Amino acid sequence: MPNMDPKKCPMPSQEPNVRNKNFKEVALGYTAEMAVTEAQRCLQCKNHPCRSGCPVDIDIPGFIAHVAKGEFEQAYQVIAKSSALPAVCGRVCPQENQCEGKCIRGIKGEPVAIGRLERFVADWYRENVHTKPQAPAPNGHKVAVIGAGPSGLTVAGDLAKMGYKVTVYEALHVAGGVLMYGIPEFRLPKDIVQHEIEGLKELGVDIECNMVIGKVLTIDELFNDYGFEAVYVASGAGLPRFMGIPGESLNGVYSANEYLTRVNLMKAYRPDSRTPIQKSKAVAVVGGGNVAMDAARCAKRLGAETVYIVYRRGMAELPARKEEVEHAEEEGIVFKTLTNPVEVLGDENGWVRGMTCVEMELGEPDESGRRRPVVKPGSEFELDVDTMIMALGTSPNPLIRSTTPGLDADRHGCLITNGPDGLTTRPMVYAGGDAVTGAATVI
Amino acid sequence: MFTITKRRELNPTVTELWIHAPLIAKKAKAGQFIIVRAKEDSERIPLTIAGFDPAAGTVSIIFQVVGAGTMELNTLREGEAVHDFVGPLGKATEIEGLQNVCVVGGGVGCAIALPVAQALHAQGAKVTGIVGFRSKDLVILEEEFRACCDEFIIVTDDGSYGEKGVVTAPLEAKIAAGANFDEVIAIGPLIMMKFVVKTTKPHGVKTVVSMNPIMVDGTGMCGGCRLTVGGKTKFACVDGPDFDGFEVDFDEAMHRGTMYKPFEAHAREAECNLLKQEVQ
Repeated sequence: MPNMDPKKCPMPSQEPNVRNKNFKEVALGYTAEMAVTEAQRCLQCKNHPCRSGCPVDIDIPGFIAHVAKGEFEQAYQVIAKSSALPAVCGRVCPQENQCEGKCIRGIKGEPVAIGRLERFVADWYRENVHTKPQAPAPNGHKVAVIGAGPSGLTVAGDLAKMGYKVTVYEALHVAGGVLMYGIPEFRLPKDIVQHEIEGLKELGVDIECNMVIGKVLTIDELFNDYGFEAVYVASGAGLPRFMGIPGESLNGVYSANEYLTRVNLMKAYRPDSRTPIQKSKAVAVVGGGNVAMDAARCAKRLGAETVYIVYRRGMAELPARKEEVEHAEEEGIVFKTLTNPVEVLGDENGWVRGMTCVEMELGEPDESGRRRPVVKPGSEFELDVDTMIMALGTSPNPLIRSTTPGLDADRHGCLITNGPDGLTTRPMVYAGGDAVTGAATVI
Repeated sequence: MFTITKRRELNPTVTELWIHAPLIAKKAKAGQFIIVRAKEDSERIPLTIAGFDPAAGTVSIIFQVVGAGTMELNTLREGEAVHDFVGPLGKATEIEGLQNVCVVGGGVGCAIALPVAQALHAQGAKVTGIVGFRSKDLVILEEEFRACCDEFIIVTDDGSYGEKGVVTAPLEAKIAAGANFDEVIAIGPLIMMKFVVKTTKPHGVKTVVSMNPIMVDGTGMCGGCRLTVGGKTKFACVDGPDFDGFEVDFDEAMHRGTMYKPFEAHAREAECNLLKQEVQ
């Protein structure tokens, strides 16, 4: 008899007013008992619509059935067939729009907490099973992967399991991409990311850091001089956008990428870090996505008294995950929606002292289907802040396409691929992840 | 790991390191830079490539000890290694077709000016070198400059070596005397480059400057190094570091350069104390 509780088994988490002062993980994860209880909410329905919501088609009812019986290792093996990074994806996928969004328990109550269960299984396995995976028999073919973010790592893992010799080239000094520099420690502990990457190395994947492809080596050289037979481009969408308003070059204006890179990758939150970050009193984060929530919550943890999310549409239109918005609100982040900055104001020393904003109203839907924000006449006001973080989205870095003849991109700079296999306009060059779609999700 | 094959102290605060990095040595061009992290927990700092030897697979960097990052780098000896060494980054200095060029270097910027002067010399251009230092004991790379410059002028702020004064005086004199440079390439402190531009602009002599803003990744993903050039936002790490000097907003760049002054002063002091402890 399944557990018919209409609500998910709650996951313990740090108290908002405790966690907004530290960088430890907010959500503490299920105990084995909670995981079994939650797994029993799964009806094991025949159509398993959850699977169609999962971009990599994990056998969700299959792994949950094992969890319900306390067979955590078997549950892990089911997930591992489809996902290389379950501890990461269980934490940061937007499950409400994916697997959990399709769960039939969600019609009359809350869906099964698939993400929390995936996370539990991955964490349990990491803590309890220490047998190293067996590297499969080599098939004699070499593939290069450019970028060690989630897309590159997943492809590397899948190819390695098929026997390919895979080398991943990463521009930064550690692998992980956005998992290391973007998503903060309190949502995704970095030692967990590195543990999943170690697992790939044990499968025989080589990861070479400090390698900026397009500069130190070109794709043509990877083919001609290094003997790679195929290349997968997963260089992400790391080029930050700015608003183009006056005052954006003042001291104290960051792109979210810079702010988060300093905090997460360079660990500027630690008192002994060699990389500095501004100590702010009042911070405005411009934008409404997950990156904006991450930047705002980091700023709060770094000691800012007031942190605003400034977003030109309304609360209902925030593109961030609902859970992240709720967490931000609990931690004391102030939402100034229907607000748009028009100028950054500086003091006599060239530092941010505030910004001029206008209020917005939502007009008719635009081509994206979202209601277009329009300026309310005469609504200008000043907001006192000493730091501004621009979280307006990113686009793909042009470095690779500009150094690879025959690799075409669309007008947004995203690589053009054909069909489900991700082949680009160059033979044997494949691409995926944000380099193709623009900024999107981890899985 | 990237082993230090040679270490040389050029003056009391400026050090040259040759680092084994064959892939970078093969691709490097004058004007490009690398990002270095001395140790596992070091900050990423940008340093311009001062020289490269593709046959030996080595790249040189020359740096002045100004803060915690460079102080840490300066503790490394021959045979030791830097933790991370990424490059070659940025665009190379454009020198194709130039026949008569004045290369102006200031202080440690001379280390970056030298490979540009050498590349110009190698393509048969007439090179006038004007380099400035605060005083005689800070002079670096004089012999190397003399070897690649058709004309070479050295100035010191205090007159302890060469002509007394700043680089703009001989530059002005050369232009006034009809030197007819195709281009002036200025590399040094922002204030020096700003005044070089002030000198050349009235004469309409094209002037290229090598900018040195704060950087983090050096690959275009953060915009920390952004500058206003010709009214547009540019990222020095991918669009530069060289820009048309007439178009650069130097005052803004100087403001941005001071962003972490208090932190840097503190970090420098902490590093000094750490080094003192090690000595004791």
